[in-house]
Amino acid sequence: MRMWAQSHLCQKPRSASSVLAAAFALFFLILGASQSASALPAFARKYGLRCSACHESWPMLNYFGQKFKDNGYQLMNDRDAPIWQNPGYWPVTFRITPIWHRVSLGKQAVDSTSGEGGQIEQRVTSSGFDLSGLDFHTGGTLEKNFSFYVLPSSNSFASFHFETVMGRLDNLAGSPWFNVKFGKFELDNLLSEKRILTLTANGGIYQLYHFIPAGDGNPFAQMGDNQLGVEVMGHSYNDRTRYSVSLLSSNDGQVGLPYGSESYSTFITASQAFDAGKLGVDRVGFYLFAGQAPTSYLTNLGAPISGSGTQNKGFSREGFVGQFYFGQHADVTVVTQHGEDSAWFGQGYGDFVDQYASHPGVTTCPPVCNNIPGVTTLAAGARNPSWNGVLIEPHYVYSPQLLFLARYETIRMSQQSTPGTRSDLGNVDTYTVGYRYNPFMTSRAGFAWHNEFNIFHQVGTSPLTSTNINTSELLMGFDFDF
Amino acid sequence: MNSLKPIHFIGAILFTAVPCSVMLGLVFGAGFTARATAQEAPDVGPKPPIAIKPMESHIGNITGHAAAAKSDFRRYCAGCHGEYGDGNGENAVWLDPKPRDFTIAAFKCRSTLTGTLPTDEDLFDTIGRGLTNSNMPVWNTFTKQQRADLVAYIKIFSPRWEKEKAGEPIKIPAEPPVTLESISHGKALFTKLECWKCHGTHGEGDGPSASTLTDSKDNPIRPYNFALGKNDSRFKCGNTNQDIYKIFMTGVDGTPMPSFADVIQPNDAWDLVHFLRTLQVNRHGKENEVLSAAHGVIPAYVEKAPAAAAAPADSKSPGGGQ
Repeated sequence: MRMWAQSHLCQKPRSASSVLAAAFALFFLILGASQSASALPAFARKYGLRCSACHESWPMLNYFGQKFKDNGYQLMNDRDAPIWQNPGYWPVTFRITPIWHRVSLGKQAVDSTSGEGGQIEQRVTSSGFDLSGLDFHTGGTLEKNFSFYVLPSSNSFASFHFETVMGRLDNLAGSPWFNVKFGKFELDNLLSEKRILTLTANGGIYQLYHFIPAGDGNPFAQMGDNQLGVEVMGHSYNDRTRYSVSLLSSNDGQVGLPYGSESYSTFITASQAFDAGKLGVDRVGFYLFAGQAPTSYLTNLGAPISGSGTQNKGFSREGFVGQFYFGQHADVTVVTQHGEDSAWFGQGYGDFVDQYASHPGVTTCPPVCNNIPGVTTLAAGARNPSWNGVLIEPHYVYSPQLLFLARYETIRMSQQSTPGTRSDLGNVDTYTVGYRYNPFMTSRAGFAWHNEFNIFHQVGTSPLTSTNINTSELLMGFDFDF
Repeated sequence: MNSLKPIHFIGAILFTAVPCSVMLGLVFGAGFTARATAQEAPDVGPKPPIAIKPMESHIGNITGHAAAAKSDFRRYCAGCHGEYGDGNGENAVWLDPKPRDFTIAAFKCRSTLTGTLPTDEDLFDTIGRGLTNSNMPVWNTFTKQQRADLVAYIKIFSPRWEKEKAGEPIKIPAEPPVTLESISHGKALFTKLECWKCHGTHGEGDGPSASTLTDSKDNPIRPYNFALGKNDSRFKCGNTNQDIYKIFMTGVDGTPMPSFADVIQPNDAWDLVHFLRTLQVNRHGKENEVLSAAHGVIPAYVEKAPAAAAAPADSKSPGGGQ
């Protein structure tokens, strides 16, 4: 589910009392609604398990849910094939989240009202009731060991796209070590952004999975997004040992080959879990996301021709992942990353298609950069930009119905592409805290009262003065699926 | 790093903390966490919380504690087995076969004689293995400690665990070689013991009595269909020959499947195992290899004359005893 776009409405001061009134109204609404929901999320309905059996707190998977997914949405209990289901069973779930949120965006470019003309930077704060996008999940088995997943997903304006469309062959040669997935799918991140527990614009994604340096033009290094390709994955019978290898088309999951048609990348991950006794099951692993993306496009009257990208340049993201449980109530997930892009990306080449669309008529680089072979030369001294980052996400699970969460992400540039650039340009720090409370817990529906607060800070990227940006968002809402 | 204006930050934290605190206060105050399910009738109201007795389990050097499994039982088990362990979770009405009722402490998969309580290892293995042909999944992602805690938790639902000890595991003698003769004898026993009345002459679960069978709670129950599975097919209580041996020497409590421990000798039981494996016609195994070598024909069993020195000392031990 994509988050709502950050609002840029004019600032309307809100008193604390009005916000509290809204909070209480929401709270009493949830009390009234908590006993009446009777929905049928697809997998829980098929197998008769509570949401909590597979989800630490939905949508985040626990180890049993991860094994279920790794088995191709099968419990492997001889009742996985559709022939065992009531013919009326239709594996569809939808999810949408009505919310109230308050967004405060720092250093926004606004037209000056002082009479002197021009633009100034100003904080823009807005609040109000809103909606998330809408997801239609449908997935399951076509036959034993043949599974599928289709997810039409909209933004909050009901503009749909295919978030996931994939078929999967499971347990090939009778072995759980060999499964093949084909289509557009969720990358096999141990901490998956598609199962993130947070919903704010900046807290609802993992910054580490999307980071590119300031001015970098790499169109395809977004680990958090679903991608098009083929994946081979395998796991041990109890899912303690897992691996996956994906070959992906470097089009950032977009259909129609908008970028290069001959640029590919790969995502490789492996992990091992350990029985840590009373602590629980702890897991450590690594990932490597590396490949190439185009920097040069054929043009038609100056406009890039989709799919014509060539002059592929390289990029990589690699790191370690750990999930550590400390008894039944506390756990923490840690993800590290070292990233590096080609100097060409660092100088703004790469996403010519998107640059051209957002700057019509502009032909200078930056902001619109096309690498024309034999004509374009790389700036003297340009280097591969690189950075390091870490993500720490602890949870406190008071009960299967109530989970508190926090997250801290930090990203630090270790080398800027252009010599002389301030060393901390683009550095990111973001903090998120919140909780999810499920008033009921059955195998029929998911409902969470969600409350979250996020602060996002980035160095030197304000649009006019290149100073630091601070953004915050407070969000509360009903997150439900049916 | 520029910091947020303090007033801005504090205000935002307050906005988060106030609704959070109010929610939590009511969560705990109203006792929502103790509520059983959303399935409750409106006039019933909240049920009292389950009393967790200090039960333990012992699996090797691991000691399980019931109190430690409270959260896991709610998370993974209560949807089918019910918060009170009575097999009446909100999913029970949709399931076939029905979830186990822990309040009567009758368990299908045991290594102990019929009517006795299972060992802790029996329950531990059942959780980790799952029950095929039912909705009970394979919970092998748990730690051993989690499974041991859940075994202890299961014991809080029945007073039998406080009054009785688990039965003694039966002794399983070494398996004799698979021969055409053992298969032939097994087939004769299959007929003599009237297994076919429920399981059918070809083991397809379609015997003349099959449609009349009910479990101990009067729910309809189907006999096992041996022919359905392939190489990955499992019996409810395991997939080894030893597991099959255990099934008919201990019975499947709570179902019409009796124990034959008092009826047949250990070696006879092994012969029956060998024959039952041949009913799994799509399975690659030594039993079907022997049968294939005989062109798929099981000769009629010719009863041997009883040996003069046959001393059935083991026959006094219902479960065998070599």
